[in-house]
Amino acid sequence: MSAKTDRIDRLAELTAARADEGGHGLWYEAFKRLRRNPMAIAGAVIVLVFVLIAILARVLAPYEPDAQTWLGETSTATMTFPGARAGNLLGVDHLGRDMLSRLLIGSQQSLLVGVVATVLGFSAGALLGGVSGACLGLFGTAGRRVDAVLMRFNDMALAVPSLLLAVSVATLLGQSLITVMIAVGVTQVPVFARLLRGSMLAQSHSDYVMASTALGVRKSRIVLNHILPNSLGPVLVQVTLSLATAIIEAAGLSFLGLGGVDAAHPEWGFMLAESQQYLSGALRFAVYPATAIIVTALGFTLLGEALREALDPKLRK
Amino acid sequence: MVRYIVRRLLQLIPTLFGLSLLLFAWLHSLPGGPEAALLDVRATADTRAQVRRSLGLDEPLWIQYGRFMKRLAQLDLGDSFSTGTPVVEEFGRRFPATVELTVAAMILAIGLGIPLGYLAARRHGRLLDILTVSGSLLGICIPIFFLGFLLKALLAVKLGWFPSLGRQTPGLDATRVTGFYVLDGVLTREFDASWDALKHLVLPGIALASIPFAIIVRMTRASVLEVLGEDYVRTAEAKGLRESTVRRRHVLRNAMLPVATSIGLLTGGLLSGAVLTETVFAFGGIGSFLAEAISNRDYPVLMGFIMIIAVLYVLINLAVDLSYSLLDPRVRVR
Repeated sequence: MSAKTDRIDRLAELTAARADEGGHGLWYEAFKRLRRNPMAIAGAVIVLVFVLIAILARVLAPYEPDAQTWLGETSTATMTFPGARAGNLLGVDHLGRDMLSRLLIGSQQSLLVGVVATVLGFSAGALLGGVSGACLGLFGTAGRRVDAVLMRFNDMALAVPSLLLAVSVATLLGQSLITVMIAVGVTQVPVFARLLRGSMLAQSHSDYVMASTALGVRKSRIVLNHILPNSLGPVLVQVTLSLATAIIEAAGLSFLGLGGVDAAHPEWGFMLAESQQYLSGALRFAVYPATAIIVTALGFTLLGEALREALDPKLRK
Repeated sequence: MVRYIVRRLLQLIPTLFGLSLLLFAWLHSLPGGPEAALLDVRATADTRAQVRRSLGLDEPLWIQYGRFMKRLAQLDLGDSFSTGTPVVEEFGRRFPATVELTVAAMILAIGLGIPLGYLAARRHGRLLDILTVSGSLLGICIPIFFLGFLLKALLAVKLGWFPSLGRQTPGLDATRVTGFYVLDGVLTREFDASWDALKHLVLPGIALASIPFAIIVRMTRASVLEVLGEDYVRTAEAKGLRESTVRRRHVLRNAMLPVATSIGLLTGGLLSGAVLTETVFAFGGIGSFLAEAISNRDYPVLMGFIMIIAVLYVLINLAVDLSYSLLDPRVRVR
């Protein structure tokens, strides 16, 4: 099929070939390799710091994110905004609010968007892909038909560029942060579906499945207890990577005016989108939230890529 | 080969059919129903009922779907609210701008990405490799419109090296032939117009190229690394072939296969990226019009453009797959 599906399929095959692992399980080996990889460590540290900041944001933030305390000192007409100083470590934004507090609180929203969108995409996609994979692997001709129909729809959804898919969903739901989460989540559904299906397909040909079938284990049991747990490796990689894309894509949707505008719950994407009007006077309005987005996305990407490498049998030498 | 093409084209039919179903469902679940796609927000209940009747919205769904399909087949996608012109016409007028931008971005991404990826693989584990890998990771993680902001603020506004907005300097007397401004200038021998359009392409081109560039670099690097470890490369070296010959005939040619396919994957991302990039640079292509349509709730434009883009995307993917079978004889057998 097309290149996009190709990439997903290649990821799906990662769990397939692991003949000579020597005693230890896949995850043990993967974890050992992960620990030695500086990329993985860096990614994990970034993710950990990000999550900690999000959890402790209310404690860390020196001011309320929507308190326009320094409004009197700012002027959008002359583009004068107080920069970094003792009270405001990162300066003040165009409405006289403390930039650092907004960034810190914003981490909560970004984490929320990433997690909710990914969980949404993962659960719907896993359901679709799981059913499809189980049908294809175990239930003969009828199962193959069910799979063909499901996957045809799935490939169709993959055929629409993800931002446009998100935009179509967002226009249905109106402007809010929840819209953004759902829209970004929807774009992840077909990816997860195809991935889990491919991964389960690779597993369903393995010896232990044949052995269980020969022993007369019920099919539903084989799928749930044997195939599914062994197929989750590539999905985990995709979850990590999708957290990064969700945060970036949410920023894009905010920029197009589809994000939430709640001043008490600032979001990095919206802050970045808002900064466009002040580019000539205060580039830092854009630089701060953008840096936050980039670093966070980088953390998830590093971790995801390292995990992929750790699971890839070809790279294990 | 012919059979392969025919089969792939036949596979398109269910895809397009399903896509039309999805769009039909989308149109019907819009807030305010499908008539919202034709009515102004200020429409009275009377006109609303009238429009519903004239659209046949009081008839069974399957008849409505049949009508919808008929209009699609006639390429009638309705009129834009904001301009009043047919959506297809709007698309046609803006399409060259986006193609120009996309081609510019692709030239940048491929022209820089493949050599850099190759060099990184040759110097595996050294400074250049590490810089390239981290740079490409950054390219994937940077929101594309932020890169646009930065380029605009630094290179256009502060340094003044490039124009910050539009496709051509306003007031420039240029003859339009094809709608591709750079090409127009060459065709009419107005080279200054071409040069001007080219300068307008640089910044949005760089912004749009960032993601494909990063992906191409990584793909090339990974692919070259894999091929360098193959037995046939060692054999070629062992039998005393010149290094440049091994590089060209054995390494690059084989390493390019996966890179070629990944370019198909990138077209979709480019169309998404074009929406953001064109908005930042007010480029006047389909992307910025789509962004306007989002804020104006211009449903006919939204639906029509997404439909056309999805079809284009599927066709481009088909073309890429076909070119892949030309590059790699093994694919043709299947």
